[in-house]
Amino acid sequence: MLSSADWAAISLTLKLASLTTLLLLLIGTPIAWWLAYTRSKLKPAIGAVVSLPLVLPPTVLGFYMLLLMGPNGWIGQFTQALGLGTLPFTFTGLLVASVLYSMPFVVQPVQNAFEAIGPRPLEVAATLRASPLKTFFAVALPLARPGFITGAILGFAHTVGEFGVVLMIGGNIPGKTRVVSVQIFNHVEEMEYLHAHWLAGGMVVLSFLVLLALYVLNPNPRKG
Amino acid sequence: MLQDIRNTPETAASGIQIQLAVAFPAFKLEVDLALPGRGVTALFGHSGSGKTTLLRCLAGLEKAPQARIHINGTCWQDGSHVVPTHQRALGYVFQEASLFPHLSVRKNLAFGQTGAAATESRQILEHTAERLGIAHLLERSPGKLSGGERQRVAIARALLTNPQILLMDEPLAALDLKRKQEILPYLERLHDELEIPMIYVSHSPDEVARLADHLVLLNKGQVVASGPLQETLARIDLPAVFADDAGVVLDTTIGAHDEQDRLSRLDFSGGHIFVGRRDRPLGQKMRCRIHARDVSLTLQRQEDTSILNLVPGLVVDIAETDNPANVLVRLDANGTPLLARITRRSLRLLDLHPGKAVWAQIKAVALLD
Repeated sequence: MLSSADWAAISLTLKLASLTTLLLLLIGTPIAWWLAYTRSKLKPAIGAVVSLPLVLPPTVLGFYMLLLMGPNGWIGQFTQALGLGTLPFTFTGLLVASVLYSMPFVVQPVQNAFEAIGPRPLEVAATLRASPLKTFFAVALPLARPGFITGAILGFAHTVGEFGVVLMIGGNIPGKTRVVSVQIFNHVEEMEYLHAHWLAGGMVVLSFLVLLALYVLNPNPRKG
Repeated sequence: MLQDIRNTPETAASGIQIQLAVAFPAFKLEVDLALPGRGVTALFGHSGSGKTTLLRCLAGLEKAPQARIHINGTCWQDGSHVVPTHQRALGYVFQEASLFPHLSVRKNLAFGQTGAAATESRQILEHTAERLGIAHLLERSPGKLSGGERQRVAIARALLTNPQILLMDEPLAALDLKRKQEILPYLERLHDELEIPMIYVSHSPDEVARLADHLVLLNKGQVVASGPLQETLARIDLPAVFADDAGVVLDTTIGAHDEQDRLSRLDFSGGHIFVGRRDRPLGQKMRCRIHARDVSLTLQRQEDTSILNLVPGLVVDIAETDNPANVLVRLDANGTPLLARITRRSLRLLDLHPGKAVWAQIKAVALLD
């Protein structure tokens, strides 16, 4: 069965995935809105940067994050100046890396959903005296709801599944940065296949349930 | 040019003034218009003439740098001073109803409702819904409505914002004939009851003839003509925008009913015409349309003819038509303009020229109410 170390890894994983998803909905929504409606020439470049984690090996992303957040990196110097120390090998560092790593999984569905709304409902809202803020909350958000559901589920699931970035940034500190995927790795390293099975099997079931929920809630992903 | 206009003293507080010049990839919209501050102004033109773009500029949905837009004394744009769309007191009806799919009909109607306390605004909402015949649909979702019902909800929703002006962009164009017939009576009621001006974009001569008081003809982004409907329709110097639909609109009053022959007499300044018995009270206004192709001319009053409607008038002007065999003759029937389309041969044989007295034989009258 599951040991207390396993449970600690599970609770840490869920905490990391929940916080990442929450932050991504907050940060990703304005980015998705901007990408959906901007006429700026920077749009392709920003879109490509947001999507980079889709194609890069997690180790590459983790490597540069490690350098950036380290004592000599920009982020590291910034956090040190604030008196926060450096982020690598902390939960916060893991969270920052996860947000970047899972960004495209939230931004893209939300951006697609905003684009699918088209300009008309927003124009209608403006002719009905809705301020841009009211238009956003009363029209754009509800109409883009399927995109938010998809984005939240994918962002959560993808964070649960990350491994390479965690190893590079967070290492393997029990209770602080040791998430389920790393814990499985430890079990396998130590030939504890039964323990590995419980955790790995649990991940398979959880992932299946998450994706099942996604398809049930959102039967037509093209609309999302 | 626009610079000069801005420096002129404040124009009259009533009426609608629009000056704008916007270059688009396909065409250039260049407009300097003064429109009446009441009644229905139709923006008429073929597709691509810029009429929808002009309406969108008026609403602020399209950027029009350096434009100048004043609505009955309220400035919506004066050069770089631009009031954003959501702060303009307008009602806008799009070609497609564009209801919010995530809100019920009632919530769609309430979305832009302004200017009243909760209980009162609920009453106003329900009253407006009744006026447009959608009171029984309030709790439905927009997806469950027919095209005609949806457009009536859109019109009610626009009215409920308590606008200073109603802008309509071909509200009937996306509907089939049956749905159009279903909505037109409501639009006509609006025409009669509405205190605020309405600008109605259309490419249908029939809708324009039924609804408009003032007509603006647009062609390739330029204003070809702007004036009262009757006068402008009767102008024969304009390019053949209406082509085969050339004709005039008469505003008449029901003068008498003839029960024996089942006829109603419609009076206007040029005389009267008879139409099939209408079940309307005496004195009621009736608008009708007479196509130039349905009017022939004689020099003497014909006694032995089956044509009922004979109106005397003077030839004012003669113009060419698309068809070289035909000409368009404009008559003045005691102040009411009439158009007749006759052959070039008849013109020569009858020796028609400006000032000549003739009788117009009207073969068909289309009643528009």
